[in-house]
Amino acid sequence: MNRRMILNTVGKMVLAEGLFLLLPASVALIYNEPSGLIGLLIAMAVALGLGGLMMTASKPKTDVIYAKEGFFIVSASWILLSLIGALPFVLSGEIPNYIDALFETVSGFTTTGASILTNVESMSHGLLFWRSFTHWIGGMGVLVFAMAILPNVSERSIHIMRAEMPGPVIGKLVPRIKDTAKILYLIYIVLTFVQIVFLLAGGMPLFDSVLHAFGTAGTGGFGVKADSITSYSPYLQWVITVFMLIFGINFNLYYLILIRRAKTAFKSRELWAYGIIVAAAILGVAVSIRSQYPTLEETVRLSAFQVSSIITTTGYATADFNLWPSFAKGILILLMFVGGCAGSTAGGFKVSRVVILFKQIRREVQHMLHPRSVKSLRFEGHSLEEQTIRGVLSYLSIYLVCFGAIFLVLSAESGFDFETTFTASFTCFNNVGPGLGGVGPASNFAAFSPLSKLVLSGGMLLGRLEIFPLIIFFSPSAWRK
Amino acid sequence: MKIIVVGCGKIGTALIESLVAEDHDVVAIDKSPSILEEVTNIYDVMGACGNGTDWDLLVEVEANTADLFIAVTDSDEMNMLSCFLAKKLGAKHTVARIRNPEHNDGSLDFLRRQLELSLVINPERLVARELYHMLRLPAAARVETFSGRGLELVELKLKPDSKLDGMRLMDLRKKYPYNFLICMVQREEEVFIPDGHFKLKSGDKISITATPGERLKLLKSLEILQKQSRDIMIVGASNTAYYLTKMLINGGSAVKVIDKDKARCKNFSESLPEAVVIHGDGAKQELLLEEGLSNMDAFVALTGMVEQNILLSYFAASHQVPKVISKINRDEFSHMAEQLGLDSMVSPRKTVANILVRYARALENSMDSSVETLYKLVDGKVEALEFTVHGDAAVCNIPLRDLKLKSNILIGGITRGRKSIIPSGNDAILPEDKVLILAAGHRINNLADILE
Repeated sequence: MNRRMILNTVGKMVLAEGLFLLLPASVALIYNEPSGLIGLLIAMAVALGLGGLMMTASKPKTDVIYAKEGFFIVSASWILLSLIGALPFVLSGEIPNYIDALFETVSGFTTTGASILTNVESMSHGLLFWRSFTHWIGGMGVLVFAMAILPNVSERSIHIMRAEMPGPVIGKLVPRIKDTAKILYLIYIVLTFVQIVFLLAGGMPLFDSVLHAFGTAGTGGFGVKADSITSYSPYLQWVITVFMLIFGINFNLYYLILIRRAKTAFKSRELWAYGIIVAAAILGVAVSIRSQYPTLEETVRLSAFQVSSIITTTGYATADFNLWPSFAKGILILLMFVGGCAGSTAGGFKVSRVVILFKQIRREVQHMLHPRSVKSLRFEGHSLEEQTIRGVLSYLSIYLVCFGAIFLVLSAESGFDFETTFTASFTCFNNVGPGLGGVGPASNFAAFSPLSKLVLSGGMLLGRLEIFPLIIFFSPSAWRK
Repeated sequence: MKIIVVGCGKIGTALIESLVAEDHDVVAIDKSPSILEEVTNIYDVMGACGNGTDWDLLVEVEANTADLFIAVTDSDEMNMLSCFLAKKLGAKHTVARIRNPEHNDGSLDFLRRQLELSLVINPERLVARELYHMLRLPAAARVETFSGRGLELVELKLKPDSKLDGMRLMDLRKKYPYNFLICMVQREEEVFIPDGHFKLKSGDKISITATPGERLKLLKSLEILQKQSRDIMIVGASNTAYYLTKMLINGGSAVKVIDKDKARCKNFSESLPEAVVIHGDGAKQELLLEEGLSNMDAFVALTGMVEQNILLSYFAASHQVPKVISKINRDEFSHMAEQLGLDSMVSPRKTVANILVRYARALENSMDSSVETLYKLVDGKVEALEFTVHGDAAVCNIPLRDLKLKSNILIGGITRGRKSIIPSGNDAILPEDKVLILAAGHRINNLADILE
């Protein structure tokens, strides 16, 4: 195992976080918030110092890495970045408890958007900015970002990209991994910028617009108001609805459109499945909640917003869906599971996996009817490798096992009903944000015990990194030489 | 440059490796997903799974934007077809591997023109030519030839008790007043581009340029001259063996070929009746001795198995065969073979990679010079390049001693018309010359790159 390369790369990431902290620090400076500024600056110093130390202490002899190193680099980076990213909240005194701050930061980086804050509006601008900025960095991936900007990218960085990017199959857009990372981030930045412009056009203040664009782009869900998006105008709600859906689509498709192969992009089966699921869910929810709202426009708007927010695992809310009928709630729970498209910033199980799963079920049924039948599964114009199908099935099993474990720990805690513990674990694990019952869109996660918060933070990381990298990182056999 | 490589076999991966090192954008196509996964894991390239003759796939990888399209699957016909398709789609240059001897006669030119191929490569024939040059000058471990005839880069190994041990190059020149130039010295893992103060040591491998006549005198006075190999034994009746035998027989040598496959022996004998073809297992030492191994001038191991080639060569070397060459198609084995004392090796992978790297570099080239030949030597640490100088290049008409060269760069020779010049400080490069450059640690794209 190339330990030096692992340490060096993780060190680089920590260093990069130090540079990222420059942005919220300057925001704190602009708004003249001394306590926030000091917290951010100390955290920055820690990140720069530690990162620099790690880099100088481990000059790699060779940059050859294998899949294992990729998993290690990604897991270690994400854990360390979260640990350091929590410091500003504690040091500024705005979230005095470190575990709470950690929960908030992990929730930020993993683009979950679940919060322990009881009063968001009392936070300072600098820290609010940092909180939302973690969404933006975490959405497309920290290491992918580093690949795009750093010189001397290892030839084998594909292992890192595979470990960090969600989805059953990770491919490159162009021959070079560095160029691939650049293209992805370029699309990401441009889309974020366009959204900011649309929000500004609707009269949202600049600060709110930037933060909401960060929250939407990373499909995170941190906002600046206690009632999330509810108090903004219908136009702004529609803008956010549309952009949430946009960021839930595979970024490869945007690249295809960029190189004028829109036809291929629109043929994507995953895109169609995603569209059909979204449309059906909006219809279902709208029918179910129609009687609660006076106008049809409001019904459709609320339904569309909530459905988009949940399926892309963003977690913004314009209505307290805790008060909706069971059918609507049931649909939303299922959407949490489905999640967005592979290769997007969304979490969840991923639409492409769901499609493959259904195809596999149909094949199994056919196989029972005709035991000698041979049938290969086709997806996106290619026949699927058996290995990919097996990957999806084993991901489903480990997904269920992990979810079960998180749920079990949470239910051990007294004082919460089944709905709360179940949806709390489910929403964190799928990087959504709000759940039902005690963790509905109008409430938060502050009431949980420190242990539960840690377990939920772990669950969020597992969900974001798609479980395997972390499992490998923590399994003793992987550490053996 | 965007380069598409179809077929990720031994040659294909060697190509990908050197093209990626040259900083090209490479797309690899292969029909086996597991091979592709391995390739994309190791090299920074994009993989596309499928058949290189599939129009849809070629459209998907945007073959129309490719600057260079290389087809090296094991089927000649597939290579031709996919190159043809790529060309029609708009690829700028296409290269196909065509190795079947049936295509490699008069019909090759016709095929090339009709399919608009920019280059046809036949690894077996290229390797055979390399082997032929090595057998022509058995004293050398390697011989690199260039398009300017008469100029060759010859690698000699200094024996443990060499008279040159401890000698400085400036003294060497006084003692042996012939017209030659030591261009490069390898000492274990290190490579030097030496100057006059450099001291030689036993065990060094030195590469020299000289005109053939002067070289003969030098080798004679160093007492390492060997006569050209006349009786040659080849194990493995492969295509390479066929081309090599043909060249050797035309050159007047006697060739004995051993193969264990009866049908192959029969075919070989039919196409080359002058060769002695033996049907038997070349791995059997008894058979080799019976066929007179100890009296041979040279032994060439060309079976498909690297391990067997190494062991057979070792056996031949221990029976005092003066020149032993083995075909070693895997880089990791060539180091081991060297430790066993085998210094003459050919590697089809490297041969082909050299040619295509040169080709790709020539495509990128500026106007004042063009790369004619390129060899990557000593694991790519040193490059030997031959340029043709056009019109008004900056290096023209200036005495060499006044040219400010970068460090670790040397002008090894100049070919002017039919004349070869081993340059001294008074010579100058003229337009239309062919210039041989050795460079360590630099990437030289055109002749202007050698200047500070």
